[in-house]
Amino acid sequence: MGQITLNKVRKCFGEVEVIPPLDLEINDGEFVVFVGPSGCGKSTLLRLIAGLEDVSDGEIRIDGAEATDVPPAKRGLAMVFQSYALYPHMSVRKNIAFPLRMAGLDKAAQDKKVEEAARVLNLTDYLERKPGQLSGGQRQRVAIGRAIVREPAAFLFDEPLSNLDAALRVGMRLEISELHKRLATTMIYVTHDQVEAMTMADKIVVLRAGNIEQVGSPLELYRNPRNLFVAGFIGSPKMNFVNGQEAAKHDAHTIGIRPEHTQVSTEGGDWPGVVGVSEHLGSDTFFHVTCEGFADPLTVRAGGEVDLHYGDKVFLTPDAAHLHRFDKEGLRL
Amino acid sequence: MATKASRTAARMMISPSVILLLGWMIIPLSMTIYFSFLRYNLITPTGNPFVGWENYYWFVTDPSFKAAMINTLLLVGGILLITVIGGILLSLLLDRPMFGQGVIRIMVIAPFFVMPTVSALVWKNMFMNPVNGIFGQMATGMGFEPVDFFGQIPLLSIIFIASWQWLPFATLILFTAMQSLDQEQLEAAEMDGASWSSRFWFIILPHLARAITVVILIETIFLLSVFAEILVTTNGGPGTATTNLTYLIYVSSLLQFDVGMGSAGGVIAIILANIVAIFLMRMIGKNLDA
Amino acid sequence: MARAVPHKTKVFNTAVAGTIGFLMFFPILWILILSFKTEEDAIRAPFQVLFSSGWTMDSFATVQERSDYFKHFMNSVTISLGSTFLGLLIAIPAAWAMAFVPAKHTKDVLMWMLSTKMLPPVGVLVPIYLIFRDLGLLDTRVGLVFVLMMMNLPIIIWMLYTYFREIPGEILEAARMDGASLREEVLYVLTPMAVPGIASTVLLNIILSWNEAFWTLNLTAAKAAPLTAFIASYSSPEGLFYAKLSAASIMAIAPILIMGWFSQKQLVRGLTFGAVK
Repeated sequence: MGQITLNKVRKCFGEVEVIPPLDLEINDGEFVVFVGPSGCGKSTLLRLIAGLEDVSDGEIRIDGAEATDVPPAKRGLAMVFQSYALYPHMSVRKNIAFPLRMAGLDKAAQDKKVEEAARVLNLTDYLERKPGQLSGGQRQRVAIGRAIVREPAAFLFDEPLSNLDAALRVGMRLEISELHKRLATTMIYVTHDQVEAMTMADKIVVLRAGNIEQVGSPLELYRNPRNLFVAGFIGSPKMNFVNGQEAAKHDAHTIGIRPEHTQVSTEGGDWPGVVGVSEHLGSDTFFHVTCEGFADPLTVRAGGEVDLHYGDKVFLTPDAAHLHRFDKEGLRL
Repeated sequence: MATKASRTAARMMISPSVILLLGWMIIPLSMTIYFSFLRYNLITPTGNPFVGWENYYWFVTDPSFKAAMINTLLLVGGILLITVIGGILLSLLLDRPMFGQGVIRIMVIAPFFVMPTVSALVWKNMFMNPVNGIFGQMATGMGFEPVDFFGQIPLLSIIFIASWQWLPFATLILFTAMQSLDQEQLEAAEMDGASWSSRFWFIILPHLARAITVVILIETIFLLSVFAEILVTTNGGPGTATTNLTYLIYVSSLLQFDVGMGSAGGVIAIILANIVAIFLMRMIGKNLDA
Repeated sequence: MARAVPHKTKVFNTAVAGTIGFLMFFPILWILILSFKTEEDAIRAPFQVLFSSGWTMDSFATVQERSDYFKHFMNSVTISLGSTFLGLLIAIPAAWAMAFVPAKHTKDVLMWMLSTKMLPPVGVLVPIYLIFRDLGLLDTRVGLVFVLMMMNLPIIIWMLYTYFREIPGEILEAARMDGASLREEVLYVLTPMAVPGIASTVLLNIILSWNEAFWTLNLTAAKAAPLTAFIASYSSPEGLFYAKLSAASIMAIAPILIMGWFSQKQLVRGLTFGAVK
C-alpha cells in the first residue's frame, strides 16, 4: 500500500512561506511527478512527505494513518537522493544492506535481499566495490537498490537523473519506469525536466512558487492546460503565444498554438512570415518564423525533409482545433 | 534540513564549548583590566589601592616601553618582509617542474616543526657563537673578524632566527594557494602574448593576494607574541635592544612581580592584537559565506 | 595540460631548489650529525667534524642520565595528547551541531570562538598565573593540559567544523530515511566518514601543543616542564656542550618533525582557519 494524502500542508522557513496551504491526493501504485522551475518548492514538498522537514501546518496521512509527526524512518518510505547519498566508506553490498541492518534483519536474510536487488539492477558484479569506484549510472542503481530492499510503501526520487549525462538519463528513465511497472509501488518523483515528467508520470503535479498549478495525466495537461504557465511549461518545443489583434480575433487576450499544430506552406496561409534559423532533427524540422505584426518569432514543426532556407517567405496556418485561448489573467477560456 | 528535536540537541552539544571559551575569555580578561587599575605588587604588599590610569601612565612613559614598541614593530615587520617575499619566491620555485619535488618541499618546510626553544638555542650556540659557531669559524677561516651576533646585531639575529621558522609557514601556504591556480588561465595569458613577468604581475600575484593577506595577518598575530626566542637567546638585552612588548610585560609581571603594571601592558597588547584580528576575522568571515 | 619540459630546465630547477632546501634544512641536519659525536669532536670546525671518525650514542645516554630527559619527554606527551583529546571531546559535539544543524547565529558563534584565539597570551598572563598559583596548579601537568586545551579549542572546533561540513547532508538524511537512530547515524555513517578529518585535527593539535612555548615556559618549573622548557634550560653555559644539546634537541623535535611531514596539507587548513585551501 502507498496512499499519501496531504491536507492543507503549509511550510514556512522563518517568515517566508515557501508552500502555501496545499491539498494533494496520491493513490496507491501511482507514478506521480512533481515538476516545476527551480525554486518552485517541489523538493521541499518531497522532503515534507519524507519527514526530513517539519510541516508548519496541516497534516500528512500515509495509508490513512496520521504521519505528520512520525520520524522519517518510521514512515515506510524510501528516498533516492539527487547526489545518491551513498555511504562512501561502505561497499555496494553494505550500502544496500544498510536499511536492513538498521531494521535488525539477520545476516542471511540481508544477503538474500541484497543479492536479489543486485540481480534486478545488474549490480551483482559490483557488490564488493566502493561507491567511488562506480560510474554515475551504477551509483544511481545502488541508490535505487538501497531503496528497493526496504520494500517501502512509496519511493521518493529527488531529481535522481540530474547528475547523469544525456544518454544515460534516457536509459535510467526507462529503467525506473520499468521498475515501477514491475513493483507497482507508489513513486513520487521530483524533476525540473518536463520531458521526464511527460514520459514517466501517471499523474503530473505542476508547481510554481509553492502553488499547485495543475494536476493531471500527461496528456490531459498537454491537451487542456489550465493556464498560460502550464501551457508554456508542458510540451517541447514550447507553445507559441500570440497577443493583441490576432488574439482578439479569437475573443481572447492571448492565444497559444503548439509548433506541431501549425502548418507551413510556401503557397499561402493565415500568417505570412520569413524563415529564420531552422533546426533539422532528422525526423522533424523546427523553423523559427518571424511573422508580420507579431512581437516574437513563432516556432513551427515540419517534416524532416521539408527544405526551407534562411530568409525564405512562408505562410503559417494554425490548426483551429488545437488553438488554446487564455484571458487577461492567463486562465484558459 | 533540521527538525525541532535536532535543534534542541544541537544547542546542548554546543554549550560546553561556549561556556568554557566564554569563561576563558571573560574571567582573565576582566581580571587583567581590573588589576591594571590597581597598585598591586606581589613582593611589596600595598593593600592594592585603586590608582586609576597610573599604571598605564608609568608603563607608557617608561623609556623601555618606547623601545619595546619599536622592537616589536621591527621584529614583526622584518620577519614579515623576509617570509612573505621569500615565501613567494620559494613557492614559485617549488611550483616549477623538477626532480624529487616532494623531498625538497619537506626539507623547506621542516624548520616550522622545530620548537622555538630548540631553534633559538641551536642558532645561538652552533651558528652564531662567535668562537665555536659555524658562522664564526667560517669568518675566521676566511680571515675576517667574526661577528658577535647577539652583541652587535641582537635584534637582527632574532629576526633571522624567527624568519627561519616562519619562512616555511609562508611557503607552505603560498605554495598551496599557487596550486589552486588554474593552469588554463596561465596558458590563456600566454596565448594573449603576456610575458613571464606580466603573467606574474597580472595573474599569479592577484591569485595569491588573498593567501598573502592571510599569511601576513596570522603571522602578525603570532609574531606579536614572540617570546621563547628572546628568553633563551638574549633575555631582552643587551639593555632593551631585543625587548618586545610581550617580553616587557613578562619582565614587569613575573620578574618584577608588578601585577598592576604587567596588566596595564597586557591590556595594551590585547588592543594591539585586536586591531590585526579584526581584519583577519573579516577575511575568514567572508570565506565562511562562500 | 602538462607540457613536456626540457630535461635541462628540470635539472636546473632541481639544483636551485635543492640548494635552498638543503640550506633551510641544514641546521636540523647539523644537530643530527652532532648528536652522534663526542663533545670534543662537536666543537671542531665544520669540515673537521664531518671527517672526524668517531660516531657515538653517548650523548643521548648522558642527556637522559643527567637530566632525566625521559620525564620531560613524558610531560610533553601527556600535555599534548591530554589537551588534544580533552579538546576533541568537547569540540566534536559542538562542531557536529554547528555543521549539521546550522541555526541563525551559528556563523556568529563560530566567529566569536575563533576570535578568542586572537587574544594574545601575554594579555592574560598575570591573571592566569595568579589563578594557577592560588589553585596550586603551577608546575602541574593538569594545569598545562587545561591551558593548552583552551588555547587550541577554537582551532579544533574550527577544523572539525570545516571537515564535517564537507560531509554531504544528504548522506545523513539518507541514513535517517534508512531507519538509523541518531546513535546509529553517528556511529555507522558520520564517524567513519569523519575519521580522516578528526585524525588531521588531532595531528595538528599535537604539533601545536608540543611546540607551545609561552605557557609551558611561564607556568612550569622542574616537575611538569615539557621539552620546550627543558631545552630552554640549556640556554645557560650547558648549551656549549654541543653534542648533548644536539642530542636533546633531536629527541625533542623528531616526533613532531615526522608527524608534521605527514600532515602538511591539513596544516594549511588548520593554521589559516580554512581561509586557504
